[in-house]
Formats: sequence, C-alpha cells, structure tokens
Amino acid sequence: MSKTLFDKVWDSHVVKHIENGPDVLFIDRHLVHEVTSPVAFLGLKNRGIKVLYPERTFATADHNTPTLNQHLPVKDPLSANQLRALEENATAHDIPYWGLGHKKNGIVHVIGPENGITVPGATIVCGDSHTSTHGAFGAIAFGIGTSEVEMVLSTQCIMQPKPKSLRINVNGELSEAVTPKDVALFIISKLSTSGATGYFAEYAGDVFKNMSMEGRMTVCNLSIEMGARGGMIAPDEKTFDYVEGREYTPKGKDWDKAMEYWKTLYSDEDAVFDKEVTFDASEIEPMITFGTNPGMGMGISNNIPFADTIDGAKATYKKSLEYMDYNEGEPMVGKPIDFVFLGSCTNGRIEDFRAFTSIIKGRKKADNVTAWLVPGSHKVEDAIKKEGILDILTEAGFELREPGCSACLAMNDDKVPAGKYAVSTSNRNFEGRQGPGARTLLASPLVAAAAAVTGKVTDPRELMNEEVLA
Amino acid sequence: MAYDKFNILKSSAVPLPIENVDTDQIIPARFLKATERKGFGDNLFRDWRYNPDGTPKEQFVLNNPIYSGKILVGGKNFGSGSSREHAAWAVYDYGFRCVVSSFFADIFRGNCLNIGVLPVQVSAEFLDKIYKAIEADPKTELEISLPEQKITILATGESESFDINDYKKDNMLNGFDDIDYLLNIQEDIEKYAENTPL
Repeated sequence: MSKTLFDKVWDSHVVKHIENGPDVLFIDRHLVHEVTSPVAFLGLKNRGIKVLYPERTFATADHNTPTLNQHLPVKDPLSANQLRALEENATAHDIPYWGLGHKKNGIVHVIGPENGITVPGATIVCGDSHTSTHGAFGAIAFGIGTSEVEMVLSTQCIMQPKPKSLRINVNGELSEAVTPKDVALFIISKLSTSGATGYFAEYAGDVFKNMSMEGRMTVCNLSIEMGARGGMIAPDEKTFDYVEGREYTPKGKDWDKAMEYWKTLYSDEDAVFDKEVTFDASEIEPMITFGTNPGMGMGISNNIPFADTIDGAKATYKKSLEYMDYNEGEPMVGKPIDFVFLGSCTNGRIEDFRAFTSIIKGRKKADNVTAWLVPGSHKVEDAIKKEGILDILTEAGFELREPGCSACLAMNDDKVPAGKYAVSTSNRNFEGRQGPGARTLLASPLVAAAAAVTGKVTDPRELMNEEVLA
Repeated sequence: MAYDKFNILKSSAVPLPIENVDTDQIIPARFLKATERKGFGDNLFRDWRYNPDGTPKEQFVLNNPIYSGKILVGGKNFGSGSSREHAAWAVYDYGFRCVVSSFFADIFRGNCLNIGVLPVQVSAEFLDKIYKAIEADPKTELEISLPEQKITILATGESESFDINDYKKDNMLNGFDDIDYLLNIQEDIEKYAENTPL
C-alpha cells in the first residue's frame, strides 16, 4: 500500500496500537528544557523511577535565561531555581546537560540540528510547541505537555492518536526579498491559525526543494501556528550533507544502515492525503502581521483588511486591532516602531543574521529603535563573529546579545514595554507575548532589518534597490 | 499524575465568547517559573483579569460575581499556541473541570485530558445556544455526562453528544493516567528499542 512520508515514519515507531484509542509511539530523541520539565521529574521521583533511556535525552537551558552577563549568577530567584532544578535533574538521571555558558548551549530547536541530535526518520519530542522545527529533516517532531514529558522520561513512549495528513505544495520561484519566513506567514494567513489543527503537514514542491536546511527549519517551525502538530519535508542530499559528521549522527556502519532507511523517506507517488493545498510562489511578497495571532498577516504593501471581509468572529478581529491600536484599511508601511527583535527558534540561525546584515550594512540603526539581536546558540554566535557579521552590526550601531529564547516569550528581562511596537522575527504576536501590553509585528529578518534602520515599517525591497551612500 | 475521576458534572458555567484564546492569555509566560504544580489558578487569564497594578479589571468575566461554576465556555480555537501544560493546570487549579468550545487546539486538548479537565467540543450552533442560555440566566446549569458523552442545557433540555476516544474516556472515568499503562508494557517497549535503527 502506498504511504506518505509521515505514515512511513509514524508506522515504524508504533510499539502498540490501542483499538479506538491512541498509538503507543516510540520516541527516538527527547529534548528537555528548564520550564516544562521540573514537574515531570518530580513525577518520576514520586514514582521512584529513573529516566529509561538517558542516552536518548538531552537537556539545555534556554527559555528562562538572561541574554546579558550569562557568566554572572542569575538574578531572578525563581529563574535561578528553575535552572538549578534542571541541572540537578539532569545530573541525577545522567542526561547530557548544556547549561548557561556551555559551548553547546542555545535554543533547544537550534542546538538539536547543530549537534546531530536531529536526524531524518526519527521521532523527536520536547515540551515546546516549536519542536516542529526538526521536521525540516524528515523527522516526526512535535511539542508535548509536561505529563507527556514525564511519559517519555519514564517510558520513552507517548500515547497519541495518529493525526490526519495534509500536504502543502508551493511551486514556482520566490520573488525578491521573499524568505522562508514569508512563505510560512503566507501559508498561515491563508489557512488561518487553526486551519491545520488535527493534521500533520508535509511541505512539498519547488520552493521547499530549493530551500536551504535553515529555511526549511523556519517553515517547519511555524507549522504549529496554523494549528498543525508538526510539519515535515522529505530528506534529500541537502539533508544528508547537513547531518553527516555531526557529533550525535550515526557513524560508519551505523551511518550506512541509517542512510538505507533515510532513502526510503518520501511520500509514494500515489499516496493519498486527507487534505491537500497548493500555492503559487509568485503570489508571495514580504509579509508582516498586523493583529494578535500569526494568521493575521499580509503582504507588506497591502492595507489592513476590513472586518467585514474576513472569516471568523468580527468582534474578536476588532478586539485584536484595538489591542494593536490599528484601524481597518490602513497601510502598514510607514507605521512607527520602537523595538526590533532578531532571534528565536524561528529566525535565530546564521542565515538569518546574514540576511539582516545584508540590509543594515552601510546604514545606521534608527535612533528611536531599541534592537535586540539574539543568536540561537553559541555556535551561531561564533559564526557571527567568524564571518565578520559582528563588525558590520557594531559599525551600524547594533549590539549582539547572548543566546536564548529571549524576547520571543519574554520570560526573562527582555520585555517590550506596554503599548510599544516590536518588529520581531519570532513566531507569535499574541497579546502580551513579548511583555504585558507589548504589540508584536511578525516578519522576516529582512523586514526586521529594514525597520531597524528606518524606525518604521518599511518594505525591504526599497532599501535593497537603493544605493547605500555610506 | 493521577487525578480526580470524572463522571457526571452538573454546574453553572462561565462564558468567554472570544475566538482563538491562546495559551499566553490563559497563563502568560512570566508565570511559568515554578518547579511545582501549585498556584497557577491565581494567574489564569492574568492580563485580562488584572490591571498592571494588580487591581481586578471589573469588566472581565472572572471578576463578575454573577458568573461562576466548574465549566468554562470558550470561543472557537480555544487553547492555541504553546504546549505549556501550565495553561491546563491554571484552568484546573482555578476550579474548572470542563472546558466547552466549538473547536480546540490540539496540544491544549491533549493536556486537558492528561490532567483531568474534560474538553467538550460542540457544534457552533450548540455553543451559541449555551451562550444564550447563560445570557438569559447566569445561574443556568449544564450537565456533562461522560458515560453518555452528552452535554445538556438543563433549563431547555437541549443536548448534544460529544466525542472522546474509548481509552481516554476510560482513563477519565477511573482517574487512570497514561504512565501506569506504559509502565505495564515496558517489556514491549524495551524489545522495540533493541531493534530501532536510530
């Protein structure tokens, strides 16, 4: 019987199927961070059991960490306590732990691929909804709750009903300044923030084939923002080249054996999906959001839609615009902004810093803008320095911070003040996401850079075609 | 962890007719710093419920004394966003045992089922009927029968059935959790692990 890519990976991981119930799914890799794990470890303690496969488990500190002075003790006592709990739990259960200051430390979804923890055909979970990132490698990767973290720690399995399948095709060539982030925000704006709930997505077509691994990670990362549990892309030579030789990827004979499996990972030609949608790449322009969920996005040159033209509750839509202090029918270009955030598991990788720098090179940060540039990991930070990007950033008046989730969810001190506008390369523009009362405009690193140097929402194509005088 | 059994719940309900209520509204990230599952109910809907100075926002439904009960009735796509189980903990800790909506985000629904909060998905029409019944009488009661998989507006007798898989239903009726089940099949799991290619 013909199978989808998703079927192949899922079916091969089912330990047991429960009639009219969930599947017991074996998990190859479990990523753990400080916020969603302490109660799970407490559960193991109460049951008097140990982590079943510590060698399949990896812990890092990222959500609740400062992005300045990481060599100093963490000031907030609650945060310090949570970080200490993770370190103690990891030590007690023999789990590799990459805490603050460790050279492999960084955002969990950035360090997984960097270190070869993420491989094709694997099942990967983490107590974080953006675990979908790892689907870029042809893995089934999704976020789980703390009860499920406890399940995986104690039994390496999770109980999940098999989701329905959705294929998203984007064919053709992307236009100038259209990045993977724009492709994802475009898809979400078309499907809405709940359009893929109950489904697991596969991204197919020219655009994803031609996309870098980092771009694929950005797209898969945002799968959850349309409600999908995860999204994946069939592995190809680009994928195998990326993973080969990394610390935790199979070596020697194990590599050959793994490759044999990985080469079977694609949707069969006649595989049937529960739902399929197709878009034309030429329809997509640089995107920006104007509301309080990631589905409220549009091409940057458009005007904010009128409430009577949208699906869904008008009252909710109007409440959202009221929160943003925007009006229906207004253009976004030219709107003043206060903050720029480059970073997160969505856009905190080296390619994102390269893209940002391509715009700001030879220009200066606008005086009215506070910019937080936060690499996704120490490895990204090292690359930024090695490639000379830091010099260009410094010359333009920017500073680089230390790795972590930072202002994406504002658990640490990186909070956007109430009423202020932030152009963010992160993944959620929910009310208060970046700080109580903060207003978030989601966009690509190029759009973020254009805003950072002009102090307002700016179409990056204008700057790309303009001679830089400096 | 084990939780209270769920059988038949009869209660008045709190209406929250807003779509896409995300987990950052249910519990903002800055309240996720605890290392124990305690006290999350205090910060349920924190920024809708309180002003920055900590005084209650009077117009928010949880601050309106005419509404109370163990059932929260939310708009379409309830619980979207993050995987934080803290959102479900906050709902539970506040005192809700059931959330009714016309559509739930996936991870939130699963988290609720894992901690003993019953997510009841109804049609958009039935959701509307519930809101109207509460509007007519804030003390109106809903009856949620897990054995029968049925939700009833007691004042009008109108009812609708809801879905839940047999396995989860059995767990909730008995207060079982998944880990008990998984620990019982550990031999199967270990056998599987010996042959996995990755």
